[in-house]
Amino acid sequence: MRRCDVVVIGGGPAGLSAAAAARATGAGEVLVLERDERLGGILNQCVHGGFGLATLGEELTGPEYAARLEDAARAAGATLRTDATVLGVRPAGEGAAGGPCARPGRRPGAGELEVTLVSPARGLERVAAGAVVLAMGCRERPAGAIGIPGFRPAGVLTAGCAQRLVNCEGLLPGREVVVLGSGDIGLIMARRLTLEGAHVACVAELMPYSSGLKRNVVQCLEDFGIPLLLSHTVTRVLGRRRVEAVEISRVDASAHPVAGTGRIVACDTLLLSVGLLPENELSRAAGVELSPLTRGAVVDDSLMTSVPGVFACGNVLHVHDLADHASLEAARAGAAAAAWARGRATRARGGGVPVEPGRGVRYAVPQRVDPERMPDELVVRLRVDGVYERRSVVARADGREVARRRRDILVPGEMEQVTLRRDALLARGGIGRVTIGLEA
Amino acid sequence: MGRTGERDARALTCIRCPRGCRLTVELGEAGEVAGVRGNACARGASYARAEVAHPVRSVTTTVPVDGSARLRRLPVRTEREVPRERVLDVVRALAGVRAAAPVEIGDVVAEDVAGTGVDVVATARA
Repeated sequence: MRRCDVVVIGGGPAGLSAAAAARATGAGEVLVLERDERLGGILNQCVHGGFGLATLGEELTGPEYAARLEDAARAAGATLRTDATVLGVRPAGEGAAGGPCARPGRRPGAGELEVTLVSPARGLERVAAGAVVLAMGCRERPAGAIGIPGFRPAGVLTAGCAQRLVNCEGLLPGREVVVLGSGDIGLIMARRLTLEGAHVACVAELMPYSSGLKRNVVQCLEDFGIPLLLSHTVTRVLGRRRVEAVEISRVDASAHPVAGTGRIVACDTLLLSVGLLPENELSRAAGVELSPLTRGAVVDDSLMTSVPGVFACGNVLHVHDLADHASLEAARAGAAAAAWARGRATRARGGGVPVEPGRGVRYAVPQRVDPERMPDELVVRLRVDGVYERRSVVARADGREVARRRRDILVPGEMEQVTLRRDALLARGGIGRVTIGLEA
Repeated sequence: MGRTGERDARALTCIRCPRGCRLTVELGEAGEVAGVRGNACARGASYARAEVAHPVRSVTTTVPVDGSARLRRLPVRTEREVPRERVLDVVRALAGVRAAAPVEIGDVVAEDVAGTGVDVVATARA
């Protein structure tokens, strides 16, 4: 059996960044497995700009950023395979590892992992790995998941699906468009479809604030005079074969439609930009503990999951606003995976102490930290649960303040971060938990 | 892009990076920029000055590409920003443009698009 130090599952911005970092940190063979025919993941259809500012110091489009990451991973010596779909990850020697499909060759050693994959070129294969990095990204929440009353005609599709049709296939999904949800992809597609000659009637957002970046509200909606209807939702889809109109209603403070506020908006297409879900089928099957808050893995300060040697990063860990942040996180996971595979890393003692969301915070990642072996500075990323002005993100270890970051405004659509310092956590000996919450 | 209560100031959201700083642009008597507040970096100040005088935007879109095994559509962008009111002209001017493989990132796909003096370049290999 072929043996790699690190196998990275997924060749998007997280996977490519993890692979480059793993090589740079001393890993031997690093193998990236991408199921699509191209590397780059979602970046290929993100033809707009805004990528690379945090990682490369310049503003690039998605395809340009993908090319840079691919070139960097190759230059670092990673092996990049496309058309290769991973079917499973498990500790080596478990289950049917010696089954009829096993190839002769070296058996993976104790504590190693085994990755099963399939590809048109080579059929079913197994690869032994010293460490595995999960970087499968996320999926869009589909129409069936939000339960809009009315018919189920053609013309209802997710914003990302429309993005692929327009930017990769050269197909225009409709001419008269309503967008439900103000996620960034929805905002970007409102502009994109306008440039392609469609008319975007409005963007309706259930919440009283946009879930996308402020810059996208300005440059994608305001620039083109597209109305953003906050606290509104689609309450009915009309049309039997094809969407003919939608009913848009105002919602109250608890997000329930207000009777009598519905108005009919004629359209042939309804785009949904109503959230992204980490794609963790492989993680779940591998026995990785998942968080109900992030829907991604529970990880420690090295981004290792509950399964020894399995790391997670990027949108499969938690949904990021920016590919740059996914890249930075993935570089940490790749470096940690390399250290683990080379036998230079240990597990967090007792799994580490919990890092828990406090007041106003929906989730924080990583969820566990071992103050003894953590890096000198650890970035904890978090999302708040509502709109807050003039608050501080405060980390407390057993009630004692260890980090504080002042913010003028905090919104759920924009990820926040706070940096934990190792010396601050160690200052008073053993701690039981770290809590991250909003304070005055 | 609303106005603040004072007549001589304008409120903007910076679009130069994802941080989205809320900017206040102080305007002098002749409408000239007297100062910028709320920006976290120099890019924000230059954005604010351009935005009140003459807004500019980068344009990204795609054109069909022939002879590529990788791509049916080639993603492209304006090499630098164009006046905001010319954005739709740029896209319309690209309506008849086709690219032919092989293409490298940065290859010029259309020169002086819509008379803006700005070239349109490829953002992917094809």
